[in-house]
Amino acid sequence: MADPVSSDLAALVAAAQADFAAAGDPAALEDAKARYLGKAGVLTARLKALGALAPEARKTEGAAINAAKVALEAALTARRTALADAKLDAQLAAEALDVTLPGRGAGLGGLHPLTRTLARFAEIFHSLGFTVADGPEIEDDFHNFTALNTPANHPARSMHDTFYLEDGALLRTHTSPVQVRYMEEHAPPLKIIAPGRVFRVDSDATHSPMFHQVEGLWIDRDVTFADLKGTLTEFLRLFFERDDLAIRFRPSFFPFTEPSAEIDMSFGDGWLEIGGSGQVHPNVLRAAGIDPQQWQGFAFGMGPDRLAMLRYGIDDLRVFYENDLRFLAQFR
Amino acid sequence: MKFSEHWLRTLCNPPRSTAELAETLTMGGLEVETVEPAAPPFTNVVVGRIAAIAPHPNADRLRVCTVDVGAATPLTIVCGAPNAAAGMTVPCAREGATLPGGLAIKRATMRGVESQGMLCSAQELGLADDASGLLALPSTLAPGTPLRDALALDDTLITLKITPNRADCLSLTGIARDTAALTGAPLTLPAWTDVAPASAATQRIVVDDPVACPRFCGRVIEGIDARAPTPDWMRTRLARSGIRSISAVVDITNYVMLEMGVPMHAYDARHVDGAIVVRWARAGETLTLLNGDVLKLDPELLLVCDEKKPLGLAGIMGGEHSGIADDTTTVFLEAAFWNPDAVQGRMRRLGFVSDAGYRFERGVDFMAQPRAIERATRLIVDLCGGRAGPLADVKAALPARDDVRVRLARINGLLGLALDAAAVGAIFERLGFAYRRDGDTFVVTPPSYRFDLAIEEDFVEEVARVHGFERIPATIGRHTAAMLPVPETVRTAPTLKGRLVARGWQEVVTFSFVDSARVALLDPGAEPLKLANPIAAQYDVMRPSLLPGLTAVLETAVARKVPRGAIFEWGRVFAAGPGGAHAQPLKVGGLAFGAALPERWCNPPRNVDFFDVKGELEALAAPRRVTTAPLTHPALHPGRAATVLVEGVAAGIVGELHPRIVRALDLPSAPVIFELDVGVLAPNPLPKAAAVSRQPVVRRDLAVVVDEAVPAQALLDALATVRAPFVGSIEIFDVYRGTGVPTGKKSVAILVLMQDTSRTLTDADSDAAVGALVGELASRFGATLR
Repeated sequence: MADPVSSDLAALVAAAQADFAAAGDPAALEDAKARYLGKAGVLTARLKALGALAPEARKTEGAAINAAKVALEAALTARRTALADAKLDAQLAAEALDVTLPGRGAGLGGLHPLTRTLARFAEIFHSLGFTVADGPEIEDDFHNFTALNTPANHPARSMHDTFYLEDGALLRTHTSPVQVRYMEEHAPPLKIIAPGRVFRVDSDATHSPMFHQVEGLWIDRDVTFADLKGTLTEFLRLFFERDDLAIRFRPSFFPFTEPSAEIDMSFGDGWLEIGGSGQVHPNVLRAAGIDPQQWQGFAFGMGPDRLAMLRYGIDDLRVFYENDLRFLAQFR
Repeated sequence: MKFSEHWLRTLCNPPRSTAELAETLTMGGLEVETVEPAAPPFTNVVVGRIAAIAPHPNADRLRVCTVDVGAATPLTIVCGAPNAAAGMTVPCAREGATLPGGLAIKRATMRGVESQGMLCSAQELGLADDASGLLALPSTLAPGTPLRDALALDDTLITLKITPNRADCLSLTGIARDTAALTGAPLTLPAWTDVAPASAATQRIVVDDPVACPRFCGRVIEGIDARAPTPDWMRTRLARSGIRSISAVVDITNYVMLEMGVPMHAYDARHVDGAIVVRWARAGETLTLLNGDVLKLDPELLLVCDEKKPLGLAGIMGGEHSGIADDTTTVFLEAAFWNPDAVQGRMRRLGFVSDAGYRFERGVDFMAQPRAIERATRLIVDLCGGRAGPLADVKAALPARDDVRVRLARINGLLGLALDAAAVGAIFERLGFAYRRDGDTFVVTPPSYRFDLAIEEDFVEEVARVHGFERIPATIGRHTAAMLPVPETVRTAPTLKGRLVARGWQEVVTFSFVDSARVALLDPGAEPLKLANPIAAQYDVMRPSLLPGLTAVLETAVARKVPRGAIFEWGRVFAAGPGGAHAQPLKVGGLAFGAALPERWCNPPRNVDFFDVKGELEALAAPRRVTTAPLTHPALHPGRAATVLVEGVAAGIVGELHPRIVRALDLPSAPVIFELDVGVLAPNPLPKAAAVSRQPVVRRDLAVVVDEAVPAQALLDALATVRAPFVGSIEIFDVYRGTGVPTGKKSVAILVLMQDTSRTLTDADSDAAVGALVGELASRFGATLR
């Protein structure tokens, strides 16, 4: 025959567990707890009634009641946790965002493709020890022409259609005057590039009255024409990040270099002139107070606008200066 | 310089194809601009002679020609050309011919008459634009001869872009000389037998300035027939160099110029009064040029005159009235050497270029004049008859051709080569340079036709180009390696631009010259530097600020319906400086327009305002402190414009565009603009770290009521003077007007954070510090606590 005491407590535990589970919120759960474990609770009453039992029965009954109490408290804790978890879940569900909506803020701007290209020049040449020099855009005749071995009336002047100010000053037709100014201020060895704006009276799909040049100058004891070829070839390969471009140096004429070379480049479909170069003419060195028997080197002037056109697939130079923001937004 | 490949190959004929020859010339420094066929491709076109011509039985406009094409049976060809006539020699496309453009000639029946080919116009053969009638061929051509052979049409026209230093290559002789040097092929210059003088006729020559005219050769030829035709071979060569045939004598002078590079002039002796005088022009003189222009002369211009009048501009262009005419019988030939200094710059000033002047300003061989006279005499006497007088050669000091010492070591040292003396000697020999050896030094005499060889380096270039630029190695130097300084206390353009870009600003690049009207709109008092020769009216002045360019970009953006944006430019602006100098400071300027943020679900729909842009400038300059002070500026809204100070130093301006300008430019809203001096913005002292306090921070908020007119900056500046050492930041966190604040006043809420480095602040410490702050505001501005 089953123990009448135990079976009675088992029913009580089962009833309590059912009551706890039925409690929908913490307050109802506390009410249910009080019915069993409170001062007037059913289990509390059983405990109080123990004193009236015989010692042997009290011992047995006491142990059973304690076991029932442990079971009840475990059920209570489980239910409390379940209610708290449900509350947190509801809160999290309420806080959910549409994470697919776009983010806040102004977004990113961008550099102009030409200055981005000039920055690329500076970065690559910097890695070979060239620093960046700068000079004025309004120039005088001396620095733009005479000091570059191009005296007045020299036929080479007709290669440059020059803008003049009403006061007789001119807009530099190339960045070469920067090398003159730099040599006036610094003693060799010299290793600079000078990116900047230049101006010529010319305008069509491949000419803008304002465009850019990057001047380069490397003067040391023994900088050779072979070094000129090597330096510029390496630069162009790095600039375009490809080895399959062909580069040729073609004899040409600039009053301020001797020998002089035109730089042509090809991706395999005809040659494009991208700049002029040569060993710095002794007259130019001498005009800057540098002894051409002690120091020698090369200078070059490259057209970054044209290189940017090739690199970014642009076929009309003028778009660089139209500043259509939709065009510029492509260079970010 | 354009010329026939055939002609060049008569002087130097290297075993190379046309393409290879062009490549050789280009890589030798004579850049080939174009290579084009003398005639487009066509086949089966022969010389035909119209033996007989009869009306077409069924068509008024057509005629039936019997054409001799050298075969036993003549062809019957129906022809509509108005100039078709019996006896005429014409191009005949035979059955099976293909004409330019692909037209195939077939036997065809035209209105009932069978036509066995087609007679052609110059246009149909692609030889000229003339489509008015059949191309008349010289009657000397034999019927049946393939037309391409008869007219030497399988020729190529080569155009060279000759650099200013290589005037010697403005002639076939010069190009052939360089071709020989570059290829090693033999050079065969034209040869002739000089005409023996058959008359005593002379012309007196007086040279006033022998420096300007060191050599003047002349010859009188009497009894010529000026109407004699120019032979076809000469006509063709001239035409293939782009020179139109005029008359035999003129053609001959042009031919000699092309062949030998010596410009010549022929005078009709009837129009020369007395001596030929070479002198500088006198003010007030005029001269009518060959092209009909009447020129006002000035003493910078050298003339060839007779005793009464100017005859021509020396070395540039002859006068209209002394040239050769049909009835000329006595001709005076001139071949002079004009000093380049006497010619240079003149044509640029006068605004035209002549073939002669182009050559003289670059330098003409001063030894070639007598040979040129002999060559022209031979041709004139052969073609026009006549009796030549003696050759006159009036000579002064010709240009010096000093020997140049060229060291082998210098050649190799400049080029990065290791040539031996024999190789260099061989190059000089191929170039035809006279030299002797002095050990490893070459002592070279520059030839009279080269004006670009005066110093050692000039010969280094000659060696390089004949050796071949492509055979010079590409090296990257064995040079001293040195690290580069990287100053940390000056912010570079990439750093500062990077800040703007990261915050949403798009860079633009606008022209340094702008429209004076735009400048005046922005600042009626501006006096921008004016260009003397602007390329267009809207680029007539140098920009005095970046605003003209930025507003122009804005207009374009608005026109293209761009709703918002922030643009900036980094560049120089220009103004007159002291003593005729020009101020060209570097600036960074920007313009923000439309909504402050892109139109998006989360961004408030609000236009960009002053404080948006001021905040940008604070971020741009940070950690250097930006403050602003009210400013009156013609381009800016009077109540929304400020001077920008960086650590108290004026750096530029910020403000809303003036409503007057917003209206004038028809802008949908007012943009906010700024412009700062890069020189003030760039420096940034090296950070100097201090210990960070671990003590608790005390926060006190105070709200003070002050007059509306008191600027916030004045409050902040006053607080800074009395702040206790432990007062950290002081920020204005609210400005309130309305209920509880009297009209004309504002309540400014100020947050004060306090923290000592070594101890916890007591209430008494904080109270005293805040009391001092409030007291200062009360005494300076009558501020009351709210």
